[in-house]
Amino acid sequence: MALLQISEPDASPLPHERRLAVGIDLGTTNSLVATVRNGIPVVLPDAQGRPLLPSIVRYLPDGVHVGHEAQNEQTRDPQNTIVSVKRLMGRGLADLSDARRFPYRFIDGPGMVGLGTRAGPKSPVEVSAEILRVLRERAEASLGGKLVGAVVTVPAYFDDAQRQATKDAARLAGLDVLRLLNEPTAAAIAYGLDNASQGTYAVFDLGGGTFDISILKLTRGVFEVLATNGDSALGGDDFDHRVYCWVIEAAGLPPLSAEDTRLLMLRSREAKENLTLHGTAPIVVTLANGQKVDLTLTAENFTAITQNLVAKTLAPVRRALRDAGLQPRDIQGVVMVGGATRMPQIQKAVGDFFGQPPLTNLNPDQVVALGAAIQADVLAGNRRAGDDWLLLDVIPLSLGLETMGSLVEKIIPRNSTIPVTRAQEFTTYRDGQTAMAIHVLQGERERVTDCRSLARFELRGIPPMTAGAARIRVTFQVDADGLLAVSAREQGTGVEAAITVKPSYGLTDGDIARMLQDSQAHAADDMAARALGEAQVEADQLVAVTRTALAADGDLLSATERAAIDASLAALARCREGSDHRALVAATEALNRATGELAARRMNRTVARALTGRQVDTLS
Amino acid sequence: MIDFSRNHYALFGLPERFRFEADALDRAYRALQTEVHPDRHVAGDDAQQRLALQASARVNEAYRTLKDHVTRAEYLLQLHGIDPTSGTDTVLPVAFLERQLERREAADEAAAAGDVPALDALQADVRAEAAAIEGRLAQLLDGDGAWAAARMPVRELRFLTKLQADIGAMAAVLEE
Repeated sequence: MALLQISEPDASPLPHERRLAVGIDLGTTNSLVATVRNGIPVVLPDAQGRPLLPSIVRYLPDGVHVGHEAQNEQTRDPQNTIVSVKRLMGRGLADLSDARRFPYRFIDGPGMVGLGTRAGPKSPVEVSAEILRVLRERAEASLGGKLVGAVVTVPAYFDDAQRQATKDAARLAGLDVLRLLNEPTAAAIAYGLDNASQGTYAVFDLGGGTFDISILKLTRGVFEVLATNGDSALGGDDFDHRVYCWVIEAAGLPPLSAEDTRLLMLRSREAKENLTLHGTAPIVVTLANGQKVDLTLTAENFTAITQNLVAKTLAPVRRALRDAGLQPRDIQGVVMVGGATRMPQIQKAVGDFFGQPPLTNLNPDQVVALGAAIQADVLAGNRRAGDDWLLLDVIPLSLGLETMGSLVEKIIPRNSTIPVTRAQEFTTYRDGQTAMAIHVLQGERERVTDCRSLARFELRGIPPMTAGAARIRVTFQVDADGLLAVSAREQGTGVEAAITVKPSYGLTDGDIARMLQDSQAHAADDMAARALGEAQVEADQLVAVTRTALAADGDLLSATERAAIDASLAALARCREGSDHRALVAATEALNRATGELAARRMNRTVARALTGRQVDTLS
Repeated sequence: MIDFSRNHYALFGLPERFRFEADALDRAYRALQTEVHPDRHVAGDDAQQRLALQASARVNEAYRTLKDHVTRAEYLLQLHGIDPTSGTDTVLPVAFLERQLERREAADEAAAAGDVPALDALQADVRAEAAAIEGRLAQLLDGDGAWAAARMPVRELRFLTKLQADIGAMAAVLEE
């Protein structure tokens, strides 16, 4: 809808008007869904009362199992039971240095890696969508209604391809994504509000398969990310794998079958967890051929085999601090997030580095989902003005273009606050050149081959000129989800080309539409009912917002303009009574157009008010 | 559309000066983002979300420019019709260049020897020289309104910022 949603000072939504919104932590190992109830964020458990949904999807001959059921069968059916799919999001086969670790039938291709299952080839996006769908259904059952939307978390260090893949998965699962939120930022919300903190904090987030470090400044009402860094392929899984390798070596095992591999990985993970809980961990496994393994993992062994993984987390911490222009002693508190931060080896290393014990008073498995739920509540408009806050996040990796000599020219440097728009001019290097290839890259290195290729496109139809005469302005725009769009324009002639960065690794809209149709969970009438439901929610929101806007700033309109809006409102009310979702969507769009100018004028007035408020502040 | 043709200072309601109250920019920035940030317009349609995206990106760009002393000084000169980054405006005093060349050589040697404290000391030297130039610049810009004369110290300051970043990067490599 086209109108500004400005909450009036005491216009708190009544309980029955609360919009149902959730936060989802789509994790490597486990996923969760949370919401805000009576002002308190809570994780929504399944029917058996279990809060965590194992991020495991098993494809059966006649359906799909997700979560605990799939987990129970993973050692028996490893090739059709997908675990840790998050590590494959937005990745080609060539990107996976650890591909051999997974027992899957990988399908190589030009884009994202595929997985061969008995249900046919599956993209990591589709696998993730299965997990998200279960969480959406859990939330709708628990909250008793359709969701307005969800905040879905991603590792802060996820690049554009990984973010886009996550957003696509959410769409495929029938979720309206209010925002992609960085996991450490979500954790900071949960912590910051709990502890009413001010100052500069570090969030150390070691999950199952990803590592993030974010440095945030908390001022009253504003969470500002100063710098972020990490490793999107480092997590608890890697510690499990070290234990697994240690067992193979200590027991002198031959190469293992897929089933035995999965079994041993599982026992290795349990051993790691037992070590944290009990200080010692027996590993007893009987392999398929009857061979028995009986070993004991000690804390000393474990510390020795994982010390370089621990050290690997500290390098990004140093880089983030340097980018923020800070020293370890400048940090008021270090928040620990992710199940892997339970390891005493990690807590000690982090404590030693910052010279203070890290904060662990919130459940590290749940804190991200809880923060996401709180943010979803804010974005859905369920909070009173003054009782809310603003997040200012950054992009984790620099964005640039390929220039002569296969070098990367950075357009937007890492840790730029988003949203951000930056443009740069380029020119032709040959006489009469009529086209220019534009290659978009992400990363910190200087050479094209060392950065991630996000997209390629061409600007065609440049009139022939002498070399260096054309002026081609390339504009990069990163939105609040951290997603990039690029456009190019020849300044003299206005020839233009634009791209939303998706083709290299993401799915096209056509792919998504096809997958939605393929999906058995969306039978035809289900789709129609769903479409109508969505259109009604949209229409109701727009009407509510329009009324609020007219009441607050109706004086900005002429009588004619006001009459046009009133007519559109009446037309929409008529369509709202019927069951034709297309008519309803059309009427909603019509009201949207009718209120476009009012929205712009309100934005102006709001900006003017914000400045006036500030000046009064300064004087007092 | 929003009137974003206003310059960065007007956007934040700040006086067009090189030096201003330290917190004033931060406060104005937060007040504006609190209104225009896309998170405040999630319920909007495509057009409104695009508007919020553009407005918020514009505020971020203005803040970034005014926050850093070099880009702020350059921006102030541009407002007075001078482009300090233009291709022809590159001359620096010989004594200045010689001093920086010596520092760069010393930094290369320290890096080769793995001597992080020496690199830190060099960075501190550069910082001290930059602070002195900044003082002169403030007088030229805010006191005398001597825009043309301010070009040289602005260039020097940009040069030193780059040098400082390079030395910092060397120390970073050694630390890892």
